[in-house]
Amino acid sequence: MKNCEFQQIDPRALPTPTPTPPHPHQGSVMAEEPRRPRRKWEVFPGKNRFYCEGRIVAARQSGVLPLTLGLILVTSGLFFTFDCPFLVKHLTSCIPAIGGVLFVFVVITLLQTSFSDPGIMPRATPDEATDIEKQIDNTGNTSHRPPPRTKEVVINQQVVKLKYCFTCKMFRPPRTSHCSLCDNCVERFDHHCPWVGNCVGKRNYRFFYTFIVSLSFLTSFIFGCVTTHLALRAQGGKGLVFALQESPGRYPLLTNVIYDFLMELVICFFSVWSILGLSGFHTYLVASNLTTNEDIKGSWSGKSGEDVTNPYSHKNICINCCSVLCGPMPPSLIDRRGFLPSDESSQTGGVDIEVPAAATKSEINVCTQGTKGLLESATLPPLLTSSCHQGKPQTAHTCSDNSAALNSDPSPALSTDCGARHTAGSQGDTSPSHHTKTHSKKSQSAA
Amino acid sequence: MAETHSLQDMRQQAAVAAKVFLQRDYTIGTVCQFQTKFPSELETRIDKQQFEETVRTLNNLYAEAEKLGSQSYIEGCLACLTAYTVFLCMETHYEKVLKKIAKYIQEQNDKIYAPRGLLLTDPIERGLRVIEVTIFEDRSLTR
Repeated sequence: MKNCEFQQIDPRALPTPTPTPPHPHQGSVMAEEPRRPRRKWEVFPGKNRFYCEGRIVAARQSGVLPLTLGLILVTSGLFFTFDCPFLVKHLTSCIPAIGGVLFVFVVITLLQTSFSDPGIMPRATPDEATDIEKQIDNTGNTSHRPPPRTKEVVINQQVVKLKYCFTCKMFRPPRTSHCSLCDNCVERFDHHCPWVGNCVGKRNYRFFYTFIVSLSFLTSFIFGCVTTHLALRAQGGKGLVFALQESPGRYPLLTNVIYDFLMELVICFFSVWSILGLSGFHTYLVASNLTTNEDIKGSWSGKSGEDVTNPYSHKNICINCCSVLCGPMPPSLIDRRGFLPSDESSQTGGVDIEVPAAATKSEINVCTQGTKGLLESATLPPLLTSSCHQGKPQTAHTCSDNSAALNSDPSPALSTDCGARHTAGSQGDTSPSHHTKTHSKKSQSAA
Repeated sequence: MAETHSLQDMRQQAAVAAKVFLQRDYTIGTVCQFQTKFPSELETRIDKQQFEETVRTLNNLYAEAEKLGSQSYIEGCLACLTAYTVFLCMETHYEKVLKKIAKYIQEQNDKIYAPRGLLLTDPIERGLRVIEVTIFEDRSLTR
């Protein structure tokens, strides 16, 4: 049986069919503007922002990352400018060296946590989604209403429920969770950290952990140095009050040293307790091979009364720590910099040359969730077409041997939602752009 | 990629009849392993043992990539000491094994699967979720 699939395109958005573009991978199946080959990051369906031609990944909402960076830079700047000279003179020159190393560690790991792929799972291809739907429908349920979409697997003698993700059209692997802020399934999902402006997952957890540990060392170190500085001044001068009211002549750059002390003390005092606490908490998580998500939900705490243990733990603190922090670095699964395949058949499966022609006169449903590529529906990667299936009208779905079963009506809410996005998409800007966020914002606002 | 070229070549000659997906096997944990259950759709096309051998080799390769051994620990510790900047310049062990896997799949496709009208897709292109086996129409049969 042949798997054929309608390629839904907006004929109004299509220019006249163009000749074969120069890129070797691009075919002339559908009308395509002859322009540079596009990379996969440009049509990524999640709510992420990409910089440096897809090398840098960030969440759409940067959260309070600028604030985090600002606090770190300001506090460290004040430390190096005002405390270091005094302490080098009175104590040792190791102080700025240690401070410098910690500062560099903190900034680098922060940037790595914020700008690396946390372990995003690419969405299922349309064929995969169809295959899974078939399996779900075949499990004894004859009606067209979707059955509860959970699958049970046994992992190390522990029963684990895998949930079906409606957005990504797949059963989530164990420990994977869908982040609503980033609209992605993330492997070994820990949490979405607003301070860092990104999800924390399998690939960047070690960066995050190093960041908070080195930050706690840095804040404690600065706090200690500032307190020592104050103490030494108070000793040398006529008491603490006099020390705080240093004459401006001593520090021509600062009218009053009190501002310097206060700022550093306040920031460091609050940071030390919160960051130290967070580091301690994550050290516990690392040692027991848990994620914040699992800990909060109490997945393995046995609160349900059953004898549940963490099936992922190696039952040894050292091995747990090593596997989480020093284990092999998993690759990024989303292939941001790969080129979009021009031939949709290789991605969407089983589409013959003549199908798109047939599609033009059928549904005018363009599904380019969060992208600008209305014209690229002929070359839509699986990421896009799969996200569209959620709300496609029944005739637009795959016409395989199970067409009757598959043409079950999607829920009206879904089709309305998808339809709204489609309307927005078709009315939206069709010109190319390098920033996914601009267009996701447009489609969001239009919708 | 070479695989895409061979896929395009095949598709120019034959239409896709079906696609079979081998799902992940989570019984050991979150390590990348695939189910070795032989799909019924492939019964007429390929020998069961041959297919299972391919999947088993792939599983072994992925296990090697994710192995927690001295090499991965040294790599991890070195990376930690350099604030993980080595990842920007060095190819990780996992990436090296992925290249090996890609080569193996290419070999298997050329030698065993393409002559039988089948095509294996590298799981990394599907987010390490499935091994996709594309079944092309048998040209010897008249439609």
